[in-house]
Amino acid sequence: MISALLLLALRAAPFPIPHSPFPVQDTVKGKAVYVKWCAGCHGDGGAGDGAAAAYMLPRPRNFTGGLYKIRTTASGQLPTDADLERAIDEGLPGSAMPGWKGRLSQAERRDVRAYIKTFSSFFADTSQHVVALKFSSPPGGGTSVAALKVGRQFYDSIGCRKCHGDQGRGDGPSAPTLKDDADFPIFAADLHQNWRFRGGGSVEDIYRRLRTGLDGTPMPSFADLIDQKFLTDEELWRLAQYVRSLSPKTAPEVRDVVHAPQIPGTVPVSPDDSAWSRVARSWFPLVGQVIHKSRWFAPAVAGVWVQALHDGKTLALRVSWDDRTESPDTAWLKFEQRILETVAGDDSAPGPKAEPWPDQLAVEFPSHLPQGMERPYFLMGAATDPVYQWRWTSRPRRAFAGLARGIERFDTLPGAPAGEATYERGEWRLVLTRALATSDTANEVQLEAGRAIPMAFFAWDGSSGEHGSRMAVSTWYFLALDRPTPPGVFISPVLAMLATLGLGLVVVRRAQRRGAVPSHRNV
Amino acid sequence: MRKLGAVVATGVVLALALAAWTRQPVAPAQGGGTISGKVKFTGAKPAMPKIDMSEEPKCKAKYQGVPTDEAVVVNANGTLANVFVYVKSGLPASYTAPAPAGPVTLDQDGCRYHPHVLGIQVGQALAIKNSDGILHNIKAKAKANRPFNISQPTVMTSTKTFDKPEVMVALECNVHGWMHAWLGVLPHSFFGVSGGDGSFTLKGLPPGTYTIEAWHETYGTQTATVTVAGSETKTADFSFAGK
Repeated sequence: MISALLLLALRAAPFPIPHSPFPVQDTVKGKAVYVKWCAGCHGDGGAGDGAAAAYMLPRPRNFTGGLYKIRTTASGQLPTDADLERAIDEGLPGSAMPGWKGRLSQAERRDVRAYIKTFSSFFADTSQHVVALKFSSPPGGGTSVAALKVGRQFYDSIGCRKCHGDQGRGDGPSAPTLKDDADFPIFAADLHQNWRFRGGGSVEDIYRRLRTGLDGTPMPSFADLIDQKFLTDEELWRLAQYVRSLSPKTAPEVRDVVHAPQIPGTVPVSPDDSAWSRVARSWFPLVGQVIHKSRWFAPAVAGVWVQALHDGKTLALRVSWDDRTESPDTAWLKFEQRILETVAGDDSAPGPKAEPWPDQLAVEFPSHLPQGMERPYFLMGAATDPVYQWRWTSRPRRAFAGLARGIERFDTLPGAPAGEATYERGEWRLVLTRALATSDTANEVQLEAGRAIPMAFFAWDGSSGEHGSRMAVSTWYFLALDRPTPPGVFISPVLAMLATLGLGLVVVRRAQRRGAVPSHRNV
Repeated sequence: MRKLGAVVATGVVLALALAAWTRQPVAPAQGGGTISGKVKFTGAKPAMPKIDMSEEPKCKAKYQGVPTDEAVVVNANGTLANVFVYVKSGLPASYTAPAPAGPVTLDQDGCRYHPHVLGIQVGQALAIKNSDGILHNIKAKAKANRPFNISQPTVMTSTKTFDKPEVMVALECNVHGWMHAWLGVLPHSFFGVSGGDGSFTLKGLPPGTYTIEAWHETYGTQTATVTVAGSETKTADFSFAGK
């Protein structure tokens, strides 16, 4: 009884706040920080309409509504100070928002947080209860087959696939209709790229998003389902564990070199050949092409996974990437139109009009292996220094090769790589094969084992309005065709070990012999 | 300790009683005035886009023909349905009305909201029902109130309330992009929605001069000034024109 009354009293009026050991949050200083570092994107009035906002997707947060995606509070509630602190400190992965922990001092970050709250009257409204939800701890066994099966069962039964798709790549039937509260187009998250989740990619983060929802987006809160006994808290954890299992165990590290092991026999030409399951894959992040007009600030393809093999005569390169659509797809035409209307191009861009563009991929090499570190311009070469490219399009489905002399000029060559591609549930898997040595040595790169072969990637998602210079690009990386290991590599260590053993034995024998003979001592 | 508890309990009870007493609402005069009218529609009746429900066979099966969007519903008698008519101003500043005990129900049936336009009082329960048994999310894009976005993957009912007056709160389902409903939240009970005959009625008004607003999701708002005295009935007709 007493505790119940105390609880009531607590709810009605919180205890007077004791004097904080920290300095008072200063909105005047916070404003100075905001104007300098934040207003460019978030706007002077905090409406998410700064000068750079029009080039971004997702758009910068509009602070005036007090509506935040990443919270530990119930659906529609204000975030806690700790929630805002996390967003400011860590940033929002997969968006343009960087983490400010290393760039601004703790006092600056605290002050700017206080200032951001002044944009919405809700923060000053004392009737708003800002209470962090209490979250349980994850049940064990989250990676077991049984646990993931339960998670998958709820993935289906609560309709995740409607937006996130059958395999979680954001390609569900409702995905092309999605918009946020400001009517901007919004992508259902690709659940295979947890390192790009705005609120973090751990299983705890995923569970929290399921409980709280992402306010301002189509992603609802599933908390009521526990109250209504549709599922248990543990089952919601299983769902989070299943979603987590779709991404790699650790976020992919970007390495400079793709190694192509040499295999006996011939290289696989099909993307679904079982041989690929034994080859390590490397992740290469892509960014929007913002150097040349017309620029593109909202690339749809976040990166490509690359595997390579050779058999001494032929190179096989397997490139796979997540893409919500097998473009052109008329179901996505309206979405494409909305993207083009939302993301500003530049003055040179033609009026935004959705067209049924195909998906495309390009792999770039220098036309000759460089002697030193000198490489052609990564962005499709230059008029005087062309690059050799393999290009592939989804419609017509074909692979071809040519010389690019800058973004505007591509001259097709007679020789082409063989291309075989599969599209399945939000993923393209493409294998390009070509002889290591060709007759057209003037234009086509000759692939030599043991050399560092510069390589770069470009990707276009037609259904996001990407074509021409509106694309996702990588920088130069390297392809290394591994030589079969010479037998000497295996034999010499064995010989060395044997020699060491023999010498050791000799030494031991000698010592033993000496020990066996009683030593003469002068008495 | 027990004594302290008793003292606290008494204090709380007294405080609550006091709060309840001071918030005693001014009940609308029994009978009161009535404002009623019709919402006419002139001009070209726009063709509503068809809704493709093939992704949801359960919903599709609930229709004889192809369902159409409800952004403009013109009745057979040439009137306009789904117009939210309410007292915008004119009530005395001291006027308050208690929230009715019963909820207002919003049903999701056949991948559409029923009703499409509805009103509710501040503090009154909104019972959101899923009769379809397939996943709907229901998002309230409130501005004056805090918004919400909850999931209903099965036949179930969720209850929500709104703290502040707001005309209108947009409700939508993102799984089915065509699903929209509009909710007017008011601090009183003087609101109505034009129905299948285009008529509306606001009852039990205290004497006074009122600004009545008629709101339509496509055609915007219109206002009228009406004075009522005693238990008389006044007419206020509105007319919206197609573009």
